[in-house]
Amino acid sequence: MSNEDIQKGLAEIVEEVAGVAADDVTADKSFVDDLDIDSLSMVEIAVQAEDKFGVKIPDDELANLKTVGDAVKYIAASA
Amino acid sequence: MTTGNDVVVTGLGATTPLGGDVTSTWDALLAGRSGVKPITADFVERFELPVKIAAQLAVEPTDVLPRVEARRLDRCEQVAVVAARQAWADAGLGEDGVDPERLGVVVGTGIGGAMTLLNQDDLIESAGLRKVSPLTVPMLMPNGPAAHVGLDLKARAGVHAPVSACASGAEALAWAWRMLRSGEADVVVAGGAEACITTITMAGFIQARTMSTRNDDPERASRPFDVDRDGFVLGEGAGIMVLEREEFARARGARVYGRLAGIGTSSDGHHITAADPEGLGQSRAIAAAMRNAGVDPADVGHVNCHATSTPVGDVIEPLAVRRAIGEHPVLTAPKGNHGHLLGASGAVEAITTLLSVRDGIVPPTLNLVNQDPRVDLEVVTGEPRKIDLVAAVNNSFGFGGHNVSLVFTQA
Repeated sequence: MSNEDIQKGLAEIVEEVAGVAADDVTADKSFVDDLDIDSLSMVEIAVQAEDKFGVKIPDDELANLKTVGDAVKYIAASA
Repeated sequence: MTTGNDVVVTGLGATTPLGGDVTSTWDALLAGRSGVKPITADFVERFELPVKIAAQLAVEPTDVLPRVEARRLDRCEQVAVVAARQAWADAGLGEDGVDPERLGVVVGTGIGGAMTLLNQDDLIESAGLRKVSPLTVPMLMPNGPAAHVGLDLKARAGVHAPVSACASGAEALAWAWRMLRSGEADVVVAGGAEACITTITMAGFIQARTMSTRNDDPERASRPFDVDRDGFVLGEGAGIMVLEREEFARARGARVYGRLAGIGTSSDGHHITAADPEGLGQSRAIAAAMRNAGVDPADVGHVNCHATSTPVGDVIEPLAVRRAIGEHPVLTAPKGNHGHLLGASGAVEAITTLLSVRDGIVPPTLNLVNQDPRVDLEVVTGEPRKIDLVAAVNNSFGFGGHNVSLVFTQA
């Protein structure tokens, strides 16, 4: 799966959970500061991402995924 | 009677089995329409429940709320937010009509987020911990409806959530009255919300033998004061009022529906579900409300009754009314139309009581064909009754022996 596909899939999850338009979910955006996603929604997004991409995102890793790009990189490396 | 410290009502909001707002609910009451229908969810057949009917919402809250907001809220929180936004818009307070530090919220619920609790339990059983929503606790906590309304309005004078079963909505209004009278706030948004038409609540009420099983005739199942009543019909919804200190409302030129002139609360100290058979606790609440309101019993022309259509409960309230007020008030019992909204019922019925006072009209009690002879007071049936009202009383009683009476008077 390409990084582009992962980002697209992640954007769909973010839109479903937090209502952020998928087009706004770009690599440089911070989940908290730019997309206004709270810690509760981040947990939901992580669980859905695990299912969608077949990866594990432990809590201590999740804490490091500040931007959409961080998440895409982590998923690509773990998948 | 007017002191400037009076509590006036300036905004109303509701979503009920009769309609998605106050106007449609009120019109349906006056027209004698029923909100009771067969339950479409499959749990009724799956568990072979003997009760297959309920008063479900006329308008789904998910059709009104933005999708992402709705998915973060339990259904009882959804209806609270829907009704509160209507009431807030109706009051015309806008973005900066009141200092947030002078704005309070009191929203009660009887059961709270039962649907969330059950759904999340299903998830942990079927898919394990990781599928449980991180929003589970804020969705099931009984202060959830109050908290979400408070957040929505950025209320900072205090957000409270009285829980007293079927008196919760009325108790919220009583709490609001106290906040305003004590000067803790200038405006309080208050009422009740409930949405628990689901397996365990239904099963619990069924096992307590409190619900109507008139499944073949849903619209006639809820029949307060009728000799053939066989239990209540479970409903869902929310009612919210915007209440203000009269001085504050007058200063901003607010439209005033009427006054919440007084409130009275008491507890039976008798039994966990059954009311005191003489209605002594109930009459003490009514008397206290009239005393707080400075209203003479002779001026109370109407009582909007709690009467839920249960064989035991319906005959007690008239004893209390007679003892506290006298034999002159005409009664109505709106649960014949919209069923029993539990923690929301006191708030929805407070709204219709207030509209009765404002408009001088009392809706008929639906399905009252043969009045129980033990109900020894006049009950409005058939057509709405036109009657000039100085004051009206709204009663709400809850499992646990909670009694709340509210007195509404004209603006």
